[in-house]
Amino acid sequence: MEKRVVFRSAWLPYALVAPQIVITILFFFWPAAQAVWYSFQLQDAFGFKTQFVGFANFATLFRDGGYLDSFKITAIFSVLVAFFGIAISLLLAAMADRVVRGAMAYKTLLIWPYAVAPAVAGVLWAFLFAPSIGIVTHVLRGWGVDWNWILKGDQAMVLIVVASVWKQISYNFLFFLAGLQSIPRSLIEAAAIDGASPTRRFWTIVFPLLSPTTFFLLVVNMVYAFFDTFGVIDATTQGGPAQDTNILVYKVYHDGVKAVDLGGSSAQSVILMIIVIALTAVQFRYIERKVQY
Amino acid sequence: MVENRPWLTVFSHVVLLAGVAAVAFPLYVTFVASTLSLQEVMQVPMSLVPGDHLVENYSQVLGAGTHSGSKAAVSQMLINSTVMALAIPLGKIVISIIASFAIVYFRFPLRMFFFWMIFVTLMLPVEVRIIPTLQVITDLKLNNTYAGLTIPLIASATATFLFRQFFMTVPDELAEAARVDGASPMRFFWDVLMPLSKTTMAALFVIQFIYGWNQYLWPLLVATDESMYTAVIGIKRMIVGSDAANEWNLIMATAILAMLPPAIVVVLMQKWFVKGLVETEK
Repeated sequence: MEKRVVFRSAWLPYALVAPQIVITILFFFWPAAQAVWYSFQLQDAFGFKTQFVGFANFATLFRDGGYLDSFKITAIFSVLVAFFGIAISLLLAAMADRVVRGAMAYKTLLIWPYAVAPAVAGVLWAFLFAPSIGIVTHVLRGWGVDWNWILKGDQAMVLIVVASVWKQISYNFLFFLAGLQSIPRSLIEAAAIDGASPTRRFWTIVFPLLSPTTFFLLVVNMVYAFFDTFGVIDATTQGGPAQDTNILVYKVYHDGVKAVDLGGSSAQSVILMIIVIALTAVQFRYIERKVQY
Repeated sequence: MVENRPWLTVFSHVVLLAGVAAVAFPLYVTFVASTLSLQEVMQVPMSLVPGDHLVENYSQVLGAGTHSGSKAAVSQMLINSTVMALAIPLGKIVISIIASFAIVYFRFPLRMFFFWMIFVTLMLPVEVRIIPTLQVITDLKLNNTYAGLTIPLIASATATFLFRQFFMTVPDELAEAARVDGASPMRFFWDVLMPLSKTTMAALFVIQFIYGWNQYLWPLLVATDESMYTAVIGIKRMIVGSDAANEWNLIMATAILAMLPPAIVVVLMQKWFVKGLVETEK
């Protein structure tokens, strides 16, 4: 789509795009290029000498059990976050779509966690689940669960999944509610007249019609779990215990900023970049399809 | 609806109330904890009735942070967060609206090249270029400055797309009329496009306000000086070690202060918020 009517000026359009382009080059392209360049370099311990090593940093990474574990942890984490985030908010949205009374109030009360920073969400849940004083810990003890996420990896994973899902529900909820409200009432009413139960109507009519929204949210939630949960993890487990919650993004930060391993961290950055490009491509393919159907 | 199923309606309300309660529970506990004394917070189980240390705790953190962890005053952090939360949306809106004006209303060499350059930034989140970006900031001597905290975050593909999409829906007749009347491009931009873009700007502002306020990784790297901490970073700095060593009542007071401004924006500007959220993702 192009505009028929255009203005003419030799310099004005360049001046108008300049601020955005300058920032883009300075803070996006130049650093990204540097990350790619560093990923092929090996730096000595003092940072005086660097040497071109080709794909050696990548080879080291893929031989490193810790890095492969981090991949696995990220996969488990993002699948859990996406699954529970989507399932819970779909249930809530389906219920909110049904009720007439108080629908607005429910909506307001469910969307505010969107405003909470991931790091703050992490701190809130870390407090509730704190091994010695946490209020949820106390309840769990009463049920005979020995709760200590500071020492137990699987419990640490539960904590970061709960905090991340809690923060993301509001976002998924809004999109599902919008999706549900765009489904023609007549379809559902016709099925109801034919005697289909609410459950059956949901699985045979509503859910298939919602599939574009669900797929979109799946991608968005994956991206969220991959990148935006950095704050949740840094404020709670910091990748521990024993690397059990060390997702890829946290590992890049840790190896690059804390352990100052420039080559290794940059190679990880490059791999992450490839993952983002793939996810973005999937997202845009989907948007093109959505326009057609 | 053609059928009446009172039990299903009751069930819906029960599920929704459970959802609201589950979502609100951490907030409630946080608030209660922020009104207790240190001893009361450390009791197991903690009281679920608000205590009477509210004023004491909040004035403590606003004035002087915690006792054992970070001593940076939260009032300064709130100012820093506000600067980020205002500068980022304003900056994004300004540079994106003029860039999309150029891309939509002008034909010039490299036009599509620039458009794709802006598009590709979607694929380069801070997380994948942490160290080199920090290096640029250090070279420009922007560590611990508001410019360093905000400028790298204001380039925006989504805002540029949103304005471009909106400009495409503006009738061509308007630009034609402006040209026939001899108005300069900038005159058209100010007097016609800007007023028409108000709702788009409002929606973007709300979303980006929250984005700016909640930034974490970037201020963690750039704001190393206590006086430049944002509220979100401040909370993290107050956590000093194992769970019992923390002054949770003060940390929770800070958490409430850090959550309040964006939550108020979301609730009060719900209409713009929903519009912004749904449209920026299209």
